[in-house]
Amino acid sequence: MNWELMIKWTPRLLEGAWLTLELVGIAVLAGLILAIPLGVMRSSRHAWVRALPYGYIFFFRGTPLLVQLFLVYYGMAQFEAIRHSALWPVLRDPYWCAVITMTLHTAAYIAEILRGAIQAIPPGEIEAARALGMSRWQALLHIILPRASRIGLPAYSNEVILMLKASALASTITLLELTGMSRTIIARTYQPVEIFLMAGVFYLLASYALVRLFRLLEQRLRVEQCQGR
Amino acid sequence: MQASAPALEVRDLHKRYGDLEVLKGISLTARDGDVISILGSSGSGKSTFLRCINLLENPCKGEIHVAGEQLKLKTAREGHLVAADNKQINRLRSELGFVFQNFNLWPHMSVLDNIIEAPRRVLGLSRAEATERAEALLAKVGIADKRHVYPTQLSGGQQQRAAIARTLCMEPKVILFDEPTSALDPEMVQEVLNVIRALAEEGRTMLLVTHEMNFARQVSSEVVFLHQGRVEEQGTPQQVFDNPQSARCQQFMSSNH
Repeated sequence: MNWELMIKWTPRLLEGAWLTLELVGIAVLAGLILAIPLGVMRSSRHAWVRALPYGYIFFFRGTPLLVQLFLVYYGMAQFEAIRHSALWPVLRDPYWCAVITMTLHTAAYIAEILRGAIQAIPPGEIEAARALGMSRWQALLHIILPRASRIGLPAYSNEVILMLKASALASTITLLELTGMSRTIIARTYQPVEIFLMAGVFYLLASYALVRLFRLLEQRLRVEQCQGR
Repeated sequence: MQASAPALEVRDLHKRYGDLEVLKGISLTARDGDVISILGSSGSGKSTFLRCINLLENPCKGEIHVAGEQLKLKTAREGHLVAADNKQINRLRSELGFVFQNFNLWPHMSVLDNIIEAPRRVLGLSRAEATERAEALLAKVGIADKRHVYPTQLSGGQQQRAAIARTLCMEPKVILFDEPTSALDPEMVQEVLNVIRALAEEGRTMLLVTHEMNFARQVSSEVVFLHQGRVEEQGTPQQVFDNPQSARCQQFMSSNH
């Protein structure tokens, strides 16, 4: 084991790890915001309201993230209208391509988590809100979403950890996040074992930190106590 | 609208699930201060009737008047009647308290938050105003010390009393109780009945679906016996309990004594 080499490249790997956290952080937060209307629509009583998020989720869950990344990164440039649009400086940047694609991808999964959580709320609790005179919106905002967020939180934390690992795919569109950085270093040092080992350790540390963070959040929101009735 | 409009009037209420007709035309009038108990064997439609009054279930025919104001209904798919005016139904629901068999407290909120949520959102009370109301009610139902506790930490009887406080905090004109003690252990039934009895003695207008015969007999001003979706017998507790006219009601009363 070449310790000297490992220490020497640690700062660069940390840079990559930081980019990984940034990509994942933005994607899972923006994805969550996007998923709220999608998930709420998915749990609607009306088939025509469910149709749009259904189509969205069908596409983003049904195709690999890698294909979606390629479609956005290589595909967008094929269209003249996009190349000449005001959005082009953003869409030609691999960083934004990765952020956008990962957000759209994870939003589909989070929307499904939210739908499941909303449907898992005992109907009587929603009836209680309506029987007290709350409108549909008031019940959604003040009762249903806070309740569903507690039911869905463990599944959401799982999705965040999955995205942490899936973010390695961003290296295929030239981003030097943890995996991309590791491969670049290996191309120069020819020491794949040491460098990938370190990358693996960084991923482990990041997911451990996420697990602890979500554990704290679950305690704060009293997730466990809410389940047992 | 005369000053003497009844607190709640239901006219010719029908409810069907597919081909199964559960309510076959039920009418009922509750004047201010009336305590009307609705009895009947399971499947007689008493809970469905109560749930139709504030449209938790949709009837297919009938009229509902709250303090002289008619609930606007329109026909939707499959012949269900739904609220024609969302503002109106929300307001009328806030005036018709509903107490559930399974309490239906929100487990992610403390008891106090459960109680002040609707008054704040629906009536627009400030947190301080709602809390003041809630604390008086918690004291009244005997769980003042439990206000910062969460529902799952309470016994069934305490949960039901908290749920009653939640309903009372809206200051409803009429309270509908849907088998409020049926989900409780026997030793907790009494503490909830005592709260309901105190409300009856205050002169509140209440409809009570229950299997607690003795209790119904003591607190009711009127008893309605439902059988197969119809009012089979109706009158004072003395009439219905001691001298029922219909064969079905006689049979029910004798099997419950």
